[in-house]
Amino acid sequence: MAVLAHAEAGEIAARLRDFALPDHQDLRAPENGLVMLRGRVGGDGAPFNLGEATVSRAAVKLASGEVGFGYTLGRNSEKARLIALCDALVQSRDFGGAVERDVIAPLREQLMIRRQQAAAETAATKVDFYTMVRGEG
Amino acid sequence: MTTIAELPPGFADKVLSAQSTFRSVMDAMARPGSVRRIVPGAGAPDMVMRGTAAIALTLFDHDTPLWLDAPMAASPDVVKWLKFHTGAPVVQDSSIASFALIGEGAALPPLERFALGTSEYPDRSTTVILQVESLDAGRSFELRGPGIDGAATVQASIRPFDLFERLRFNEPLFPRGIDVVLVADDAVVAIPRTTRVVSKGS
Repeated sequence: MAVLAHAEAGEIAARLRDFALPDHQDLRAPENGLVMLRGRVGGDGAPFNLGEATVSRAAVKLASGEVGFGYTLGRNSEKARLIALCDALVQSRDFGGAVERDVIAPLREQLMIRRQQAAAETAATKVDFYTMVRGEG
Repeated sequence: MTTIAELPPGFADKVLSAQSTFRSVMDAMARPGSVRRIVPGAGAPDMVMRGTAAIALTLFDHDTPLWLDAPMAASPDVVKWLKFHTGAPVVQDSSIASFALIGEGAALPPLERFALGTSEYPDRSTTVILQVESLDAGRSFELRGPGIDGAATVQASIRPFDLFERLRFNEPLFPRGIDVVLVADDAVVAIPRTTRVVSKGS
């Protein structure tokens, strides 16, 4: 789910295009809403409300009965639907392996590469601060 | 985790379907005794009629405590479907419910067990959604009251048979009271708290 949520809708759609998709219907048509984001000062302080973010969600049911759910940040309804569809496909016996191999694995790889690049770019600008030892006299 | 569930879908087009259903129910309430049709746009679990399902998806949300009659409350399919699509909390105590869903008329409890509203907030009463067998055949009832020019006749086979006698208990309560929505498949008739049954044929 994390991999799909971070991927672009177009990438997921492009990879799903090669599949002979089974019959499916929208159990819950894609819809947009808001969630309250909560933060903690320093990561462990008192929680506070940071602000609201848009999310989209959808649920898809395959003809064979598997139900998949999709949630993603932002208002891209189609992306939520695609994620729900992938979630349902992964659970099905006939498609699970293929979806994992042809859709999710490549996307996970891309995500890792992007994260490593970002980490590397950030690391290049790292500055070490240190405090000079005060003189004895 | 494999979720294989018998969960019928909600509205295909949420906004338009909900608007059209709301319009039907509102018209029915404004003209008691007139039969309105609901364009069914959603699936429905067993025991729940198409019209009832559309009304549930339109009117119920997490702010409307919901009371179910015993057969519905005992059906995991119905409870799960309502929970998934509407998020309405199902309550055991009928006196705090905003809506009561009665699938089988025989299971209708005494009306005074529902919320009757208060004199300051008469709107905080329970709206009873009652599934009936038919709204175009059966005994005929003559209705009078606000929203009816003279008298309106409605033909219906309703259980419980004494529903309208029971609803007379609304009369001394005004402005408090129970509103009833009768549903037969995709047909809807509303009997608001101000409507009186003056006579009935066979």
